[in-house]
Amino acid sequence: MSSPFYVAPEQQMKDRADFARKGIGRGRSVVVLHYADGIVFVAENRSQALHKVGEIYDRIGFAAVGRYNEFENLRQAGIRYADLRGYSYDRTDVTARGLANAYAQLLGGIFSSGGEKPYEVEIIVAELGPGAADDQIYRLTYDGSIGDEEHFAVMGGSADASAEVLRAGYADGLDLGAAVRLAVQALGSDAGPGTPVRELGVDALEVAVLDRTRALPRKFRRVAGPRLAALLAGEATTAGNGDGNGSGDKASASTTSPAAPETSLGAAGTPTTSAPEEPGQAPGPAS
Amino acid sequence: MSPSSPDVTRGGLPSAFLRAGTSSFVELATAVAPDVLPSSRLAGSTSTTNLGDLTPHGTTIVAATFPGGVVVAGDRRATMGNMIAQRDIEKVFPADEFSVVGIAGAAGLAVEMVGLFQVELEHYEKIEGAPLSLVGKANRLATMIRGNLPLAMQGLAVVPLFAGWDEAARMGRIFSYDATGGRYEEHSFFSVGSGSIFARGALKKLYRPDLSAADTTMAVLQALYDAADDDSATGGPDLARRIFPVVMVAGPDGVERVGDDQVGTMVDTLVGGRRTRPDGPEAPVV
Repeated sequence: MSSPFYVAPEQQMKDRADFARKGIGRGRSVVVLHYADGIVFVAENRSQALHKVGEIYDRIGFAAVGRYNEFENLRQAGIRYADLRGYSYDRTDVTARGLANAYAQLLGGIFSSGGEKPYEVEIIVAELGPGAADDQIYRLTYDGSIGDEEHFAVMGGSADASAEVLRAGYADGLDLGAAVRLAVQALGSDAGPGTPVRELGVDALEVAVLDRTRALPRKFRRVAGPRLAALLAGEATTAGNGDGNGSGDKASASTTSPAAPETSLGAAGTPTTSAPEEPGQAPGPAS
Repeated sequence: MSPSSPDVTRGGLPSAFLRAGTSSFVELATAVAPDVLPSSRLAGSTSTTNLGDLTPHGTTIVAATFPGGVVVAGDRRATMGNMIAQRDIEKVFPADEFSVVGIAGAAGLAVEMVGLFQVELEHYEKIEGAPLSLVGKANRLATMIRGNLPLAMQGLAVVPLFAGWDEAARMGRIFSYDATGGRYEEHSFFSVGSGSIFARGALKKLYRPDLSAADTTMAVLQALYDAADDDSATGGPDLARRIFPVVMVAGPDGVERVGDDQVGTMVDTLVGGRRTRPDGPEAPVV
């Protein structure tokens, strides 16, 4: 029987992190950002059936990049967690913070356990608060680190390049159309600055919102087809689109160039490659 | 993460949540936290005593279809024996965006079962990414009623009336149940609960398939009034406290509850008419 090679724990964690990052880097990005009436999720996704963005609970949405079977499994586990908790206690007792913690425990546990391969996923759990200031976006990486993101979050292969575009274009209180167009511009700029922005049409996008103005308790809604096309084209949404929630453009920001970003944006959009070290979390990658 | 979950082996998410499995919330809860389900309660009890006196009983629910959907209404009374346990209980609920469930029978259990049914439909829709068909929803409810059979035999029967807009068939449909989980599709109109005999009799004379939503609502309110007239367990409109029947309309745009002020206006018209003719509007003999 051969004795196993000694591998230093640092090296082992680094190898596992590299492995997970490589898997995540192959996928197209997802952008999540605040807009005037809530939170919008924009993913580059050419599949109509395999979703990257989903509903977890009344006010909680989910987005993911990486390996489909792994994040789909996480999404379903999140729905089970939320529904069981909401049924046992009350609907208001289901929070994104609780869910993000549960995900972090799971991802961190798998990452640092020697047995299983780490999940090749990054996920975002976003929650609509009672007011715009209470909205939350949590970003979780493959090793269980949680980041509480301000303004916007990007994840996926070329998150750094996309985050640059968002940082330059983001302003508080963007209307839905402006927010979606900014996100699409960010997703198309994944080749880095100086290269032409890829055009992404309705067929290449998956868009959903957590809409505070929606009358029903379940605030999650997909935006697709003609409605999405109208948003991309910058037209004011007409009331006759079958969804009279008044969530269309509020005609506040101009269509192409949103107001200049605030100066306090430095904390937003942490790049993918340096997972934030959170106290009490699972160890981050060694790099 | 349920308080009673025995399996919290993997941090915050029990491994049962991660195993690819069912789209049914009831099946999940049965596997992970069975004691949160109403059906598991008293399941070990072999007592043959009638437990029906333990909980208030809800009474009359009426439903009627019209060309643009279906109207469901319920009175507001819950009784315990000869006592009125609650005068403003709500027994008609939206089950999801396009369907409505009304309940008669053991009130505590019934309200809990409605909550479970709502989660069941929402859970399926979120996991699968598409809602169940209306008949699929009706069948899920039948399964849940069947699970309640041991309690029904001890006097805690729950008798729901399920109705909704069938997107595929483009019409409103009504389903009734018996305590064993038997499911029956009803046509045009139906009623359950202690006052249902009187309500159905009234609707027989008032109902026409071509009525508008407002006229169907009025017919249903008349039927509830007639039920309250002859059944002591069914509450009539409480004009002093302004407590009126709960009325929901399911149509192609979803479920909408008719506002209390609107129902109040209709009830005032109805009661005004009854002052001159206490038995309600007359139907032609031939």
